[in-house]
Amino acid sequence: MKREFLLNGGLLILLVVIPAVAWFTDEPFLITLVTRAVIFSIAGIGLNFALGFGGLVSFGHAAFFGLGGYAMGILAYHAQTYTPMLEWPVLVEGTNSMMIIWVIAIVVSALAALAIGALSLRTTGVYFIMITLAFGQMLYYFTISWSAYGGEDGLSIYVRNGFPGLNTMDPIQFFIICYVLLLVVVYGVYRAEKSPFGLMLQAARQNEDRVQAVGQVPYRLYLTAFTISGAITGLAGALFADLNRFVSPSMLSWQTSGEIMIFVILGGVGRVFGPVAGAALFVLLEHSLGGLSEYWHIYLGAILLGVVLFARGGLFGLIAGREVAHD
Amino acid sequence: MTEPVLDVRGLTKRFGGLVASKSISLDLRTGEIHALIGPNGAGKSTLIKQIAGGLQPDEGSVYFDGTDVSPLSTAARARLGMGRTFQISSLAMDYTVLQNTVLGALGHRGDVFRFFRPVMKDKKLVQAAENALEQVGLAEFRAFRTSDLSHGQRRQLEVAVALTLEPKAFLMDEPMAGLGLEGSQRLIGFLDGLRSKAPILLVEHDMDAVFTLADRVSVLVYGEIIASGSVAEIRSNPTVRTAYLGEEDAG
Repeated sequence: MKREFLLNGGLLILLVVIPAVAWFTDEPFLITLVTRAVIFSIAGIGLNFALGFGGLVSFGHAAFFGLGGYAMGILAYHAQTYTPMLEWPVLVEGTNSMMIIWVIAIVVSALAALAIGALSLRTTGVYFIMITLAFGQMLYYFTISWSAYGGEDGLSIYVRNGFPGLNTMDPIQFFIICYVLLLVVVYGVYRAEKSPFGLMLQAARQNEDRVQAVGQVPYRLYLTAFTISGAITGLAGALFADLNRFVSPSMLSWQTSGEIMIFVILGGVGRVFGPVAGAALFVLLEHSLGGLSEYWHIYLGAILLGVVLFARGGLFGLIAGREVAHD
Repeated sequence: MTEPVLDVRGLTKRFGGLVASKSISLDLRTGEIHALIGPNGAGKSTLIKQIAGGLQPDEGSVYFDGTDVSPLSTAARARLGMGRTFQISSLAMDYTVLQNTVLGALGHRGDVFRFFRPVMKDKKLVQAAENALEQVGLAEFRAFRTSDLSHGQRRQLEVAVALTLEPKAFLMDEPMAGLGLEGSQRLIGFLDGLRSKAPILLVEHDMDAVFTLADRVSVLVYGEIIASGSVAEIRSNPTVRTAYLGEEDAG
């Protein structure tokens, strides 16, 4: 418990110290790299809410990541081309305000998660994995064929969206925005894990009969968790699109779903900070091994196998012990 | 006469060619312990599942507290006041003893969709949970991980969770199983006092417990209730003796 606390703190500090040093030594690339890890962390925390706390193995979270991305892309595209999104029945214009984009990304991905969850949660186990994958692929092919917004080529946004009082094109300032959002998400999820909802949800993961016997319905718990999960991952998607100033169907591909799941598994399923460790490790590997070989995924695969076989609790399980903190 | 709290009318359940419940009728009245006994495979657990809601009967209905609960889900029946304990302990094994009990109190209070305040710091819930643990004698184990408990202790915890639900009736599926002699004695004493709070439908293998506690006994053999009556009546019933008790006398 204490070691886990130190690990959590250490991670958060590391994620600030590296960009700070990079800023002093003028290495914007490194800042962008850490920003990427921070955004992936948020996406992973989103998935972990469903997978870790609710035991819902969703293989379609790229859908929410991508919807968040497209929410940003479409709004910013209309703002940059000065074309309205919708003229009738009401005039809807694009925007390049980050905060509005976040809200819309969260709402859109939450609604999508609610709809997909409502249908998928009627199944369990392997069928649930497959049906979430199918929904993800459905949206993936939809974006590919959506020629109004670039189809397969995606959408480029030339100027990063704005945040009042900050120059978002400056890597360190954009990093700070993402980092603060990570802190907010981590705190919210940390509270939710210990809340009445968190207690009941994690009980449902362990034993559905028990939850029913105390008068509660697992389906409702799962659906709520899945919706929150999708919303968080959607926010990460909007940030990711803003980081790259580009959104494309690849954000919705099943490989992306797999990568988000890797963050969670590498870091430690069911721990609030697990995906942060996992995402950081992933970006580190991607950068260091990616420099060695184009086929760096082979090494990633080997590491993942090692984790699954020998360190079931992920990095966190390895360092902080298997016991999950209670009370 | 007052209306029974639980009234089971003509339940029939078939699994293919096997009739697991044959037109079973029984009731549970205020203040009593009604024991359900029968050899292994007689269909006791199948019957409990149909009453609690995990399994839909093919025919018949279940009335609880005056309403027909047949169309209701397990969760809805639990909210109406069915406090069930499971034959195979059904607890959140990664949780502490206290967390499992708080879970019951929370489920009963019903305000589950709250996302911010730590549930284990909710004084009312923790108080209710600790009271229940105190009653079953598990108070000193509150911080234990549930998976570290003995089988008997898990049974006690099942009962504690059921208590937090403040039910109108208890459905207890073999609460004594796995308890040592001392534990059984203690639980017998506790259930004896509990019936005044809410009646108990008790499925039990431990004959001493049944004969000490039960106001009425129903005997289930091959999915059919072959006899029902007071302890004395059941003990002297010749059909019961050959079908069931006889095995014990021989052994």
